[in-house]
Amino acid sequence: MNAAKRKSGDFLLAVEGLTVSFDGFKAVDDLSFYLDPKEIRVIIGPNGAGKTTVLDLICGKTKASSGSIKFAGKELTRLKEHQIVHSGVGRKFQTPSVFEDLTVFENLEVSYPQGHSVMGALAFKRDRAVIEAVEEVAETIFLTDALYEPAASLSHGQKQWLEIGMLLIQKPDLLMLDEPVAGMSVAERKKTAELLRVITRDHTVLVVEHDMQFVGDIADRVTVMHQGRVLSEGSIEKVKADPKVIEVYLGH
Amino acid sequence: MNNSALSKWFVSREGVYYLLLALLLVVILPLVLDPFRLNMVGKYLTYAFVALGLVMCWGKAGILSLGQGVFFGLGGYCMAMFLKLEASSPENTAIQSTPGIPDFMDWNQLTELPWFWEPFHSFSFTLLAVIGVPVLLAFIIGFAMFTRRVGGVYFAIITQAIAAILTILIIGQQGFTGGINGITDLQTLNGWDIRTDEARTTLYFICVGMLFLCLFVARLVQNRKLGRILMAMNAQENRVRFSGYDVAAFKIFVFCLAAAFAGVGGAMFTLLVGFMSPSFIGIVASIEMVIFCALGGRLSILGAVYGALIVNAAKSGFSESFPELWPFAMGALFIGVVLAFPDGLAGLYRSYVMPLEDRLFRRDKDKGAPVAGTAASKPAAANENDDEPVIDNYSPEKS
Repeated sequence: MNAAKRKSGDFLLAVEGLTVSFDGFKAVDDLSFYLDPKEIRVIIGPNGAGKTTVLDLICGKTKASSGSIKFAGKELTRLKEHQIVHSGVGRKFQTPSVFEDLTVFENLEVSYPQGHSVMGALAFKRDRAVIEAVEEVAETIFLTDALYEPAASLSHGQKQWLEIGMLLIQKPDLLMLDEPVAGMSVAERKKTAELLRVITRDHTVLVVEHDMQFVGDIADRVTVMHQGRVLSEGSIEKVKADPKVIEVYLGH
Repeated sequence: MNNSALSKWFVSREGVYYLLLALLLVVILPLVLDPFRLNMVGKYLTYAFVALGLVMCWGKAGILSLGQGVFFGLGGYCMAMFLKLEASSPENTAIQSTPGIPDFMDWNQLTELPWFWEPFHSFSFTLLAVIGVPVLLAFIIGFAMFTRRVGGVYFAIITQAIAAILTILIIGQQGFTGGINGITDLQTLNGWDIRTDEARTTLYFICVGMLFLCLFVARLVQNRKLGRILMAMNAQENRVRFSGYDVAAFKIFVFCLAAAFAGVGGAMFTLLVGFMSPSFIGIVASIEMVIFCALGGRLSILGAVYGALIVNAAKSGFSESFPELWPFAMGALFIGVVLAFPDGLAGLYRSYVMPLEDRLFRRDKDKGAPVAGTAASKPAAANENDDEPVIDNYSPEKS
């Protein structure tokens, strides 16, 4: 790893010595990894390796027992969830969590980065800029035609895209996606890969994924986790050839 | 479907509903009821304030409070303290061993007015306190609970415990609070005798006016983005949190709003009924308030008013003829609402009466709203966000 030689300030995200234990069980154990700006990093690993927990730790859903998460030079471990979002980190959950009762437009509008305080939400007006931002994102996520449909009527894949859109409209620097293609059809997977390629033109993306085909399609670099630690890291070819990775993850 | 035309139709329809309620409360009931019955309706309406708060807090935001009687009571007690001090002038209380303090204090061997009673000599302070005291307590409870992510059943139980604690406190501290009898024998408001029929009728109209004020505040909150966040928070709390919202702040806000409504209702109750006692604020009273809200429809602002009116009217009717049966009827009502029609009267209205209205008024609607190009009208509809075309953001499949 050349990371050790560089200062953590050069990275968009620097995770160092991150540890969290639940009742003595270390779900993430002294984990370190670094993301360059505009990089697509995929975290893979067997079930229970701690992949989702890493995302939880970065977005503040779970508090770290020790270690540091520096994002654009800012320490995230001490911030609250909404403050982390405001620093520029967006998180998509594994199961699509969109607001079913609201329309696609309203779902995106709720995520628009304005009027996030109580009084701000009371005073919030749907002006030109909001409408334009919503329409622009809707186009990116292939949902222009469904803009005024309730989110409940969308297909599973469309809900996943909508949630990605809800992150995009926040204009985050780092997007974290937890299994974005799980449960998607082949056609939807292809479209999602295409979507991610568009997104990564101006975002850094951290993805947790199982689908190796998809991982190969999108990843710049891959981090393999096992039992809360980094097992291997590098290009997809490198980790695929790594005997340790084959033994615990790929070789079955 | 055409969004812009639809929104106009809904807005006008919603307007009609508010007008009908106003017509009922301001014209019809005062004309057909004698002052005694009208005063009773006024009393029922004071519960509508609480039910309205519960619609916002429980229906919209999903925070069930089983202690709204606390805030109702605090508002009511603040008003009662002012009225009691006015009724306890040194001349009126000359026969007491300490003239100038409320009679129950004298009976409890108090020789001077407790410090926290002093500010209630001022009417403007009292008006502030009627809202301020409940909101302050709601803020403290909300802050302590919601920043620690206490919610759901746990929150409901804690609010219930607070209702029990406050009741015990008031009953136990007789000398300061009037104990189990409450604060009674209230006579005048700034020299105006509130016990006459004319005064009670005037107070009824003030109560209706305040209620409409609160209804419009609730409607404003509901139709702004704030309302959508509250609903969204109820369904997908984590998504709201990770969209950059401080969920606790929104919960505290809506809990305080509900407390403010309840406080106003309590103060109006004291004025209309002429006394305040712990029986109106305890666990049973608080649960009844939830039933008003549930029966009216916990998602419907106007439903809260009808729920409070109907349940209380039924309670009076029942209690006059078969007093011992009322608790059973009330229980059955609640079970019925929860099992059979969880969206209450408003839900039934929406599924059975609204389609009829649609058929009845369809011709007018088509005439009134010429069809515009669907695509072209969308941004326009979006701009009219202030008058969001939802009545109560209701979805039939979610319940």
